Amino acid sequence: MAQTVESDKVTRLSDDSEKKILRKRLKDVEICVPIVYGTIAFWLGRKATETQSHKWTVYVRGATNEDLGVVIKRAVFQLHPSFNNHIRVVESPPFEVSECGWGEFEIGISLIFHDDVCEKQLNLYHHLKLYSEDDSGPQSIKKPVVVETYNEIVFPDPSEDFYARIQKHPAVIVPSLPVSFNVPFDNLIEKKGDTKDHPLNQWFINFSEADELSNLSAARHQALIFSCYSNGASIWLMSIQLQVSVIDKYRIYNSC
Amino acid sequence: MDAKDILGIPKNALPSQDKKSKPPKETQRKPDGISREVYALTGGLAPLMPAIDVNHLKRKAQLENEKITWQWLPFTSSARKDDLQLYHWVRVVNGVPPTGDYSFAKYNKSVDVIKYTDEEYAKYLSDPAWTKEETDQLFDMCEQFDLRFIVIADRFPTSKTVEELKHRYYSVSRTILIARAPSPGDVAGHPLVKDPYNESQEKERKRALALVLSHTKHQERRDVEVLAQAKRITEARKTIKAPKAPELPIISDVGPLGIDSADNVSPPTNSQLPSSSVTNPVSETASVVASLRMMRVYLRSYALEQLVQAASSSAGLRTIKRVEQTLHDLGVNLKPKVPTRAVCAEHLELRKEILTLLNLQKQLQYKEAEGTSYRDASYTEPPGTPTKRSVRAADLDQTFTPDSLGFGGERSGKREQKRKGPGRLSEAPSSPAQSKRPRKFKASD
Repeated sequence: MAQTVESDKVTRLSDDSEKKILRKRLKDVEICVPIVYGTIAFWLGRKATETQSHKWTVYVRGATNEDLGVVIKRAVFQLHPSFNNHIRVVESPPFEVSECGWGEFEIGISLIFHDDVCEKQLNLYHHLKLYSEDDSGPQSIKKPVVVETYNEIVFPDPSEDFYARIQKHPAVIVPSLPVSFNVPFDNLIEKKGDTKDHPLNQWFINFSEADELSNLSAARHQALIFSCYSNGASIWLMSIQLQVSVIDKYRIYNSC
Repeated sequence: MDAKDILGIPKNALPSQDKKSKPPKETQRKPDGISREVYALTGGLAPLMPAIDVNHLKRKAQLENEKITWQWLPFTSSARKDDLQLYHWVRVVNGVPPTGDYSFAKYNKSVDVIKYTDEEYAKYLSDPAWTKEETDQLFDMCEQFDLRFIVIADRFPTSKTVEELKHRYYSVSRTILIARAPSPGDVAGHPLVKDPYNESQEKERKRALALVLSHTKHQERRDVEVLAQAKRITEARKTIKAPKAPELPIISDVGPLGIDSADNVSPPTNSQLPSSSVTNPVSETASVVASLRMMRVYLRSYALEQLVQAASSSAGLRTIKRVEQTLHDLGVNLKPKVPTRAVCAEHLELRKEILTLLNLQKQLQYKEAEGTSYRDASYTEPPGTPTKRSVRAADLDQTFTPDSLGFGGERSGKREQKRKGPGRLSEAPSSPAQSKRPRKFKASD
């Protein structure tokens, strides 16, 4: 994708937020951070009590388990009010909260970004799932209930600083700028907040873009075939109508 | 010992409450003169109209002291021509039985069927379709059955339809009436003269009624669709007539594949339909893209939702449902599980293509309908009343199905899907889609 970023197009934007920092923004550039958020719940089996039947973890991770700490400053998990201290703030990656409980509820997740990234926060919602929906036998202690959602955080027109900082980071997808445009680039990649060696790693779902794309292209192919078919039939009908009208005229002519 | 004892409630507590709550109820009192049972039927609501004449009630009150008896007495009725003596129970006040005619005799209405003489018949009423005997018989029966034409048609010796019988009766009556009048102006106000019986219209009315009654649910749905489409076409024409917006050149550029070619072959009457339905989404999409940019940060799935909404903003709820159904049939999630940039772009394209497909199918159905009405007009019916043709269009479903199997709209669409692209279709051009794709990518950016 060819984005033309000319120096005169780099606009200075003053935001309505309290920090009125004049920042250089890269127009028509879009930085995107693929994330996965969700919950993994283990049944406690014999250890389960009435109020604590499951141990679960809610988390936000990079889609490829890269460190999200470069973009996200902190995450705020809002649990059910019946939990002690039900608003949990996680200041550093991995952004996760583990708890024990018995009931399912909706967890609100607010992501707050670093200053150079974005002033606004992003809210996600995830429904905690403890009990598997497909009745594949009784609950087991070994196999957890995993519900994950893939999504991408998109930053349109990012600031130059941000771009420079994460340009080479594996957690983000960054369009390459034309060579003419020179953004100083910090080589500050510290690998510590990733979830690659996470104890729950084996349960993480691998979201495949390729599968989705092939599925879609197959569907598009089909739709195209139908369209052509309808179109062809339409033309065919027209020709019949023409014939009919000719016959009709002929009949009128004869009867005259 | 009663229930209150068992429940341990003080005996006086409730009755005193009852007394307190009763007085307000009394405000809705039963009006005088209405029996309690009748009043109960109204559910305690005051009747909108006075049910009983007030004077009647007053009179009754005055005559309270009179002696009333009921007697089994003979009576005569002016409605009877024989002198049959019948008895009934009569209310007798102070020993004086009521005089006058039988109270129900006034309901014995009879029709004045016109009688014509032989001369009049010879002069005005000869009709090649009717003999004098038949006409006489018809008028006798009209008299006998009080113009109940359905009964008459049932008893009539020669086979005539109800409409034919009515037509003959009314036209004869009308002719005689006019002929006997001293001047045409004298009878101009007569209902028979003012509103002559229209046989063909009556037949058409009954046919249309029968058609509506025999409609299946499916046909009804199709009718609604056709009407909705017609409405859309007229609206599209209106917008086309309005000063052309500068976006138009872009539209032809972005317009989904197939539409362009469809336009070339379709008659100008409905070519506006697809292009105008594409007009709005383009500008809508642009505004969504702009507003997303203003957000500074957003989720890809949210952006997709907004773009989908913008793209289908001009489509009706029914169309949106059908797009979603088609997506489902194609095995595609309504919301992509992995909403990456490329996936979302593809998803949007697919939706666009489905919209195009549905439009094409609609056009096809439209063509089918046109073809049917055309054939009907030229083959199955003599060129005649235009009303017939319009009604014909309504049951196009019935008449066209045998030929249209396999070419029908949605039904055949689903069938095709299972077949997975028959060989014949593989010849269909697929290049326009590919050549246009890069351009459309930009549009959805």
